Amino acid sequence: MSVPVAEITYAQAIRTALVEEMTRDERVILLGEDIAHYGGAFRVTEDLVNEFGPQRVLNTPISENSFVGVAVGAALTGMRPVVEIMFMDFITLAMDQLVNHAAKLHYIYGGQARVPLVVRTPSGAGRGYGASHSQSLEAWFVHTPGLKVVAPSTPRDARGLLRAAIRDNNPVLCIENKLLYGVKGEVPEDDEPIPLGQAAVVREGEDVTLIAYSRMTALALEAAAALEEHGIHCEVLDLRTLAPLDEEAIVASVARTSRAVIVEEDTRRGGVGAEVAAVLADRAYDHLDSPVRRVACDDVPIPCSPTLEQAVLPSVEKIAAAVESLI
Amino acid sequence: MSTGELGYLRDMKRIRAFEERVDRLFTEARIHGTTHLCIGQEAVPVGACAAIAPGDLASGSHRGHGLAIAKGLGTDRLMAELLGRRDGYCQGRGGTQHVASLEHGFLGTNGITAGGIPIATGAALSARLRDTGQVVLSFFGDGATNQGTFHESLNMAAIWALPVVYVCENNRYAMSTAIGDAVAIAHLADRAAAYGIAGETLDGNDVLEVRAAVERAVARARNGDGPTLLECETYRHLGHSKSDRREYRTDEEEQCWLQLDPILRSESRLIGTGELTPSALEDLNAEVDAEIDAAVTFAEASPPLEASSASQGVYAE
Repeated sequence: MSVPVAEITYAQAIRTALVEEMTRDERVILLGEDIAHYGGAFRVTEDLVNEFGPQRVLNTPISENSFVGVAVGAALTGMRPVVEIMFMDFITLAMDQLVNHAAKLHYIYGGQARVPLVVRTPSGAGRGYGASHSQSLEAWFVHTPGLKVVAPSTPRDARGLLRAAIRDNNPVLCIENKLLYGVKGEVPEDDEPIPLGQAAVVREGEDVTLIAYSRMTALALEAAAALEEHGIHCEVLDLRTLAPLDEEAIVASVARTSRAVIVEEDTRRGGVGAEVAAVLADRAYDHLDSPVRRVACDDVPIPCSPTLEQAVLPSVEKIAAAVESLI
Repeated sequence: MSTGELGYLRDMKRIRAFEERVDRLFTEARIHGTTHLCIGQEAVPVGACAAIAPGDLASGSHRGHGLAIAKGLGTDRLMAELLGRRDGYCQGRGGTQHVASLEHGFLGTNGITAGGIPIATGAALSARLRDTGQVVLSFFGDGATNQGTFHESLNMAAIWALPVVYVCENNRYAMSTAIGDAVAIAHLADRAAAYGIAGETLDGNDVLEVRAAVERAVARARNGDGPTLLECETYRHLGHSKSDRREYRTDEEEQCWLQLDPILRSESRLIGTGELTPSALEDLNAEVDAEIDAAVTFAEASPPLEASSASQGVYAE
């Protein structure tokens, strides 16, 4: 029997997950700036206020730290809030509530408390928004014990990971990507939530593993296709969840290929790729035939000028060059 | 008609004795870390908790032992928490600034100034959405009123008319910074006007005045009339924390506030009305001392968690 498959955008897939979980569980509420009638800056929550009412789709004032804190308090007392931070850059304003409170309360309260909170936020550059609307700040949250972090690369994963995040009893940061919102993909209607913490091999190959996540997975796949023409067979591992990291999948893939290039849109220094490289140094040293390379955003504020912006970001060409430098 | 003040006196004395014992245990190096004592401020948590129902919620500041006890937590398990022991409310993982007991509706003390204010506000939103009828008390000091989360949270509670009472314990100093050096207004309660909510400045060293003000605020909250900001004027007799030599204030000022001590106020009032006799007062003091002795014995007998458990429980199941 064939399963109905919808061809929908990444934004529509996220919206679908919200509808599904809000329908399934009345404790799920949404909070964020301009998410009600406006539908959010990227229209992800369009019409949800009409579907679920203003009690469950709450427009907030521009007070990131406090509305995240409000969500922490609501989560602590039985709700399952999903917060939208309009741009990931603005999450800096909510660091106290996320890092000092949401992430820690379960542990420091000796297990009596749970904080089933989801924070959704778009990251990434490429639209010329400049330094305060383009960052990829995931490393800070990966560094914080108690938080989970997911970064889906496709509409199918965006729906499945968000549904799992909403059902999780921990604070989960769902990093969306603003260039992916309009990208379409197949989403089988009867999909189950995708368990957090599981990477996926999205292309098999034996010469080198490209380890990527979020929008970088598509770039890695494009680079892999180009390299194939030169006889280089790349495996592409999509991390999907950044914390907890699927170390087994990373090690297993590199055990097959003996080489790794990590592709990340966050800035290189202290980034997610540094953690992945450390995992490889620690657990896959004997498998490696070459250094581990990182293709990351340069360590600069994201410039506004299109020329400069493209210059600092990872690209298919940079990925291909990194791979060729190893082989 | 009984005012209930005898019971409030007892709870204030329990808090005072607990705090004095904590102070002594530090001096004797039997507690590790730091602490912020609320000696002199006992009337605020006791009066406020007298105005709410057991099922209502409260969240506190870094100076939160008094609120924890007023909210119903036992001095024995609270002491065990301060000592980092297994029988502490948080198994010793939280400590003085991160102790909670959700079964008592106590959402926690908080090591970040004003960190608990949005959380209390969210608990009030949750109570509204779940239609529980609960009210939330959000406790914080004068220093917290200069944090963004104070202003942001009061604003959100106002626009959504949430059932929360903001209880500011104005003890006149944010660590060493005098309130007059940190704000340009005479009364912090005046800030309520900026959010279109009720605000009131009151004598935080009079347990009956605190109870009455919180009762009014709770009535507004339950009636759907939204939050209230209560500024309870009080004084901490001791320093900010263990290392404080109190060089920023005068002996004269301290002596003046000692005369206004909330426990002395209630004692003399109760003796005046005949509700309390000198011998009953002695009995009460002995009873409270015995409770704190037992709390220390309980806490010191409780073992710490195994070191191997430190990495467990980061994530909830």
